[in-house]
Formats: sequence, C-alpha cells, structure tokens
Amino acid sequence: MSSLEKRQEYRALFKQNVQKRLIVDKIVRIIIISCVITAIIPLGSILVEVFKNGIAAISIEFLTEIPGSVGSGTGGVGPAIQGTLIVVGLASLIGVPIGVMSGIFLSEYGDNRLARSVRFFNDVFMEFPSIVLGIFAFLVIVLVLGHFSVWAGAFALSLIMFPIVARTTEESLKMVPITYREAGTALGLRKWVITMRIVIAAAKEGMVTGIMLSVARIGGETAPLIMTILGSSLFFANMNTPMDALPLRIWRLSMLPYESAQLQGWGAALVLIFIILGINLGLRALVLHKKETMQILKTLKEKVGGKN
Amino acid sequence: MTSETQTTSDLFENDSEKFKMIAEDVTISYGDVPAVKNVNMKFKEKSVTALIGPSGCGKTTFLRCLNRMHDMTKNAKVEGKVMIDGIDLYSKEIDPIYHRRKVGMVFQKPNPFPTMSIFDNVTAGLRLNGVKDKRILNEIVEDTLKMAYLWDEVKNDLKKPAVELSGGQQQRLCIARALAIQPEVLLMDEPASALDPIATQKIEETITELKKEFTIIIVTHNMQQAVRVSDYTGFMYLGDLIEFRHTKKLFTDPKNDLTAKYVQGQFG
Amino acid sequence: MKKVFSKKNDRKFDPDKIFKMGATLAGCFVLVVIVLLVFQLITQSYPIWEENGLSFIIGTDWNAADGRESFGALPYIVGTLVTSALAMAIGVPLSIGIAMFISDAPKKIGAPLGFLVELLAAVPSIIYGLWGLYVFREFFMNSVEKPLHNTFGDSIWLFSGTPFGLDIFTASIILAIMIIPTVSSVAREVMKTVPQQQKEAAYMLGATKWEMFKLVIFPYSKTGLIGASILGLGRAVGETMAVTMLIGNATGLNAIPGSLFDPSQTMSSIIANEFVEASPAGLHLPALIGVALVLLGIAMVINVIAHLLVTRMLKVKEGAVNT
Repeated sequence: MSSLEKRQEYRALFKQNVQKRLIVDKIVRIIIISCVITAIIPLGSILVEVFKNGIAAISIEFLTEIPGSVGSGTGGVGPAIQGTLIVVGLASLIGVPIGVMSGIFLSEYGDNRLARSVRFFNDVFMEFPSIVLGIFAFLVIVLVLGHFSVWAGAFALSLIMFPIVARTTEESLKMVPITYREAGTALGLRKWVITMRIVIAAAKEGMVTGIMLSVARIGGETAPLIMTILGSSLFFANMNTPMDALPLRIWRLSMLPYESAQLQGWGAALVLIFIILGINLGLRALVLHKKETMQILKTLKEKVGGKN
Repeated sequence: MTSETQTTSDLFENDSEKFKMIAEDVTISYGDVPAVKNVNMKFKEKSVTALIGPSGCGKTTFLRCLNRMHDMTKNAKVEGKVMIDGIDLYSKEIDPIYHRRKVGMVFQKPNPFPTMSIFDNVTAGLRLNGVKDKRILNEIVEDTLKMAYLWDEVKNDLKKPAVELSGGQQQRLCIARALAIQPEVLLMDEPASALDPIATQKIEETITELKKEFTIIIVTHNMQQAVRVSDYTGFMYLGDLIEFRHTKKLFTDPKNDLTAKYVQGQFG
Repeated sequence: MKKVFSKKNDRKFDPDKIFKMGATLAGCFVLVVIVLLVFQLITQSYPIWEENGLSFIIGTDWNAADGRESFGALPYIVGTLVTSALAMAIGVPLSIGIAMFISDAPKKIGAPLGFLVELLAAVPSIIYGLWGLYVFREFFMNSVEKPLHNTFGDSIWLFSGTPFGLDIFTASIILAIMIIPTVSSVAREVMKTVPQQQKEAAYMLGATKWEMFKLVIFPYSKTGLIGASILGLGRAVGETMAVTMLIGNATGLNAIPGSLFDPSQTMSSIIANEFVEASPAGLHLPALIGVALVLLGIAMVINVIAHLLVTRMLKVKEGAVNT
C-alpha cells in the first residue's frame, strides 16, 4: 500500500494537459457542426434552386400541354405529369395488394422456415439496383410483346414498391397487440376475418404510411422507366405504347443544349419535387409523430431510402 | 429554495477541523421538482460516510452531484456549493475535468469498458492524463489492483478481456480503475447491491482498508453494511437530510423520529 | 355474419385455407421474381459470355460497330467502384459527424436536424443530377477543380486531368451527399445502443466529450459503424441517374480514369445511356445485360455483408456485465 508521498508522486506525473484536452474537444465540436452544415447546404441549395428556377416555367400551358418542338421553348410537360400519375397509380394497383398480402404472410403466418427466407430475400430484393429491375421488366414484357409499354413501366415500379409495402405492413401488423387477435378468436371468428377486419383496422395508419412513402419513392424513379415506357411527347393513348413521365422528361430535357430546355427541366423538377415532398411532409405532419408510425420510418430509414 | 427540515446533527461543531469535502446548501432539482433540498454535509479526511434512506430519498442524486455527474443530465439544476480542499467545484471558473480527477466513482452495476482488457481498464484514466511510461503504468496497475483485493486473482492474466471476470471481480476492477487516477475522494453508489454475499464481503473489506488513505462516501440501502463499514452516517428522506451523526450513535440512539422508524425497519 | 360463424367441416373450401394460401403465394412472389430475374439476366446475356467467357469482366473494349463488336465491362466496374469508394471516403466521415452531433444534441435541435437530413433521402436521384449539372458543376469546377489542377496538376497525378466539371470527382461528391441520410441514421441507431453507464464511467475518469466518444462509443459500436458505412457503399453502387448526369460518359478504355478530373462511366450509367439504342441482334444488348448481372452481383455481396454487420450489432449488444 503506497504512502501519501507515492500518491503525490504519481499525481505529479499527470501532464498539465487539461487545457489542451479542452481545446481538442472544442475543435471536434466545431468540426462536427461543420459536418452538419455541409449536409444541410446542398439540401437548401437544391430546394432553393429548383424553386427559383422552376417557378419561372410554371404556367397552365406548361402543366397541360404537350412539348413543343425541340428547343422551341413552347409547350409543356402535360404528358409527363399524366404519365407519372398513370404509371405510379398502376404500379400501386399491382404492388400494394402483393405487398400487403406478403406483409400479412410474414406477420400472421410467419413463424416458419419459409417465412424466414421470404423475409430475408425480401430485404435482399429491396437492395436490387432499380435499373436492373427495369431490365427485368424489359426482358419479360417489352421483348415479349415487341414494344415499349405502360405495362412494363408499371410492372417495373411495382417491383420496387411491393417489398417496401410488405415490410412496412409486417411491422404495422406486428405492432397490433396479440390480445386483439385473441379477442377475435374468443368470439369464434375465422382467422382471415380477424386479420382483415380487426388487425388491419388497427394497423391502418402504419400501413397507409408505408404505402404512401413507397409511392413517393417510385414517383421519383427514373432508371427503370428508361427501357420500359421509353418516354413520349404525346398524351396517354393506350397501355401498349410508350409513355412519358416526369423523371424521364427531366432527364431527356437535361441532355438538350438549349436554355429553354433547361428552363423546362427546372419546371418539371419543381412539379416533381412538389409532389414528392408534399407526400413526405404531409405524412409527417399528419401521422408520423405517432409512436406506431415512427417505427415504420425507422425501418424504412435502415432498409430503403435509396433512389435509383 | 430552503427546506423546512433542520438536520439533526452533533458532528463537526468545531469548525477548525479539516474537511476534505464540504457540501453547502446543496439543492438539486429536475425541472421544477426538487430532489435534494438544502443539504449540508462535511466529510472528514480518511473516513467513510454512509448515506442511507428509503428509495427515492435523494441519496444517489446527492452523491452524484459531488463529482458533477449531473452535468450530463438534461434537466438537472444544482444550486449550492461543493468544495474540495476549499475550492468550489461548481464555481464558473472550474472545468469539471480538473476536479473529477480528484473524485473517483464506482457505480451500482459494474461497468468495465467491454472492449478493453483488465490492464487497459485500470489504465484508462491514466492514459487520458498523458501517463505513458510503461513502468509507471505497471506500478499503478499492481498498486490499485492490490488495494481492490483483485491482484492475486488476475495478476497472471492482465490482458484478459475485462468482461470475462465475474460480477464481483468486475466491480473490484472498477474500484481499481477509479483509484488509478489517484483521487482523494471515492464515491460509491451501492457498490455491492448487484453482487452475491461473498463478493459483497470482499468489497466491504476493501472499503475498510481504503479508508486509511481516502475519503469515502458510500450510498447504501443495506443498514448492516452501513454499520459495518462507515464512521458517519447521514439519513435522508424525501430530499431532506434528516440526521447526520456518528454511525454507532445514529443507529443505537437516533434522535429523530423518522430515523428511528427507518433503522427499525418500519419503512423500506 | 352467418357465413363467418359456420363450422369448418361443412364448407366445401375453407376460406381460411384460401386466405393463407393467398398470403403465402404473395410472400413467395419475391422468391419467384428473384429466381426469374437472375435466370433472365443470365440467359439474355449468355451470348456475351459465350463469346468472351469470363474475360468479359476484364476486357476494356467497347465497340458496337457491326462486324467489329467487342465489349468488356472492366472500365465500368472500375468506375462504379472508384466513385462509390470515393463517395464513402467523403460521405462516411460527414455522416458519422452528423450522427455524433444529433445523438448528443438536446432534442429541440436534434429532432429538426435529423428531419432535415432525412429529407435529403426523399429527393429523387434525377433532381440531384439536375442540380449537380446546372448548379454544382459550375461552382465545383471553378472553386475546387481548377485551382487544384492549376496548383498541383503537375505534381500530383490525381489532379493532372483537365477539369471539365463532368468527371469522377463531381459524381463522387454528389454520391457522397446522397448516402449521408442512410449512413448517418444507421450510425445514430448504432450509437444509441451504447449503455448510459459506460458513458458515465468515462466521464467519471474526467474525460471530455470527445474522449468519451473515443473511449466508449466508438469501440462499442465499431461493428455497426462499419456496417453503416458498407450500407452506404451499397447504396452508392446501385445509384444511377445522378451519376449518369455528372460522370462525363466516356466509354471503353477512355472510361478508366487517370485522374480525379477525368470523365468515366459506371455500370449503371452505361446501361442508362445505351440500353435503349442497343439492338437485340448482336452482342451490344447482351453485353449491357452482362454488365447488369455483374452490377447485381457486386451490389448483393456488399449489401449482405452490410446487413450482417448492422444486425449483429443491433441485436447482440446486451451489455457487457455477465454477473
């Protein structure tokens, strides 16, 4: 056991470094704040620039007419807006039912080997680059039918959509306490009735959140549309022809050297971001502050969030 | 805010006595709710002071303000003074780092750093303070592990990961880790409550030895432990310091009704 | 009501069984799609594998002219890996810094900041590309690339190319911004798992906040942080539009960058650029599909590794004490 002197001796060895350590701490604090600023600046810049440059292009004509001749600066992105709505709507018609039923499978019938591998591969599939999904749609629909079509585009987008909906549906359903199901069983109800009427009713908010977020996600997708709906300058005619969509139109416009094309690109971008951020912010304001739906967001953050 | 309750105490009447640590009018509140009201305590060098009282009485809250742990708590407000060797820890000029070195702490559940070996755990604080000399580090490791009654059990395998030790051993490691930075005061928050009786006994032996050199303040809910181990005892209830006297006297002849009820086991 | 309550035995077909079958089929849909997709990619790219074998992966030709067709995927593999690695090198430190800030800040500041960072994830890739093309490129070329080239162009090979704004560097920076939301939010989750008592132990020893991070948080969450970074890498690898618009679109040997300021091409960008024009007769289309197959393979390997690391961290860390 050391004596008091030994202790003093040890203490003397402590470097008089507290000042330095506090300075290092302050420097780290500054670095970290600059990291945050560095991330916020692009976001601010994007929103500002899209709004600033795009607003000049917006007019009734712009929102409803077909594009004028290349470089003329006339016409608008009417077909693109229509196309986005159609192809996203159709994709939802395909993706949502499959996704919801898949989520029900994972949650209500999910305690077996098959479900575990479905869950795993569902997560894996979510990470497939979306351009690869577009190629798949091209190979099984466009090549087979012999032409670019809205079917192919909707199918490709639905492939992006359904795994997300499956996951968020599963999470929402899992959050419904088991007592709900037990009560239903005690009443003598069949399992499918319990699931569809009771459990889903309770999980409604989370499920809708997941669906809306995935709609916002596919609305912005470009790559899978390139080789499926191809793009067009005309309004929707029928399901078996090429179609335009906002992200595609923006891309094609960006490849043109004309200033008028640039302006129209900004305008289309403004419309697109308006729709997408509108869905996101709207969801947040209405629903996402609740505990149940926060869980959905947490899942999505980890698993999704990429846009290809 | 002032408390209505007056502490019953017959200690330290003579103010010329030297105290290692003095807590003066300490009031700690979380938001608007006061958890500790106007506590005045003096801690003599090389002594053990126990803080007892029912759950929620504020004893742990008070203990943690002695090394400014409440800086980390979002809503906490500390008023009053805590002085070590005459210097107020809470004065604006003092950065807590200087003085946290003087006051070590051992927590309720053993919490060695899981990614480090026994050796690295003990030397963690030393390395922060710039001590690099291998010889010195080895010396201090041996010294503190001996003080914590752990040396014989681990001396052959200091590189072993700390998490492979048993609970009691981990707690003694935490004591050694706290001792390694050469503190003058050691705070212990129910250090044996998560341990089995044999490990508890070892800890108590350690405390009895350590008080020859350090000033120790220990929070405990185990009254027998307080009797075995401490020289002075303070009884707290609902944030007030009710009675603060020599341990033997407080337990055999409590002056305050509440104290009497508590030590007789009439409430938990 | 009556239908709902009737006994199971007198039904010819059991609605519960049908429902369960439907749900199971829906669940298996993903399995079918994966199998079909991989099958399609392999069979439709078969001509190029037949022609070149595995040397397709290391070939650097890219010639679609009739009669002289020759394709090699290497430049695009390099482009993808280089841009993604650079994006990681820039984006991960930023993300971890952001995660550190938000995890430590009071809720009033942390929550809105976290929200803003997440908003970065909601912006579609095409708009990142548009902004990059019309806004960022000019700024970056003039404020960063040109000065670097003028000062160090002769001495450091990284800066030797002539800056044009549409190159590996610009594309990587945009990619870095795009992976920040993912990496920082996973990093934040991972850092949250560090038990409070560990942090208190560090403070007790007199550590500053930064020292506490170094002593406790980083060692404890190391696995998860690496997983988060690799997750970001996986995101970057699959990115298409923003990269396509900013990378300069070189092909063949020219696509292998000699400096940060050289144009290049990634696996996803070459597909985006050329897929629609490629004729199915001949090797061009199979070559692009072959590139897609390689892209899928790389993306999957990276993502599986990332998920293993992150889930291991989030599930297992129950605390260090084995009392």
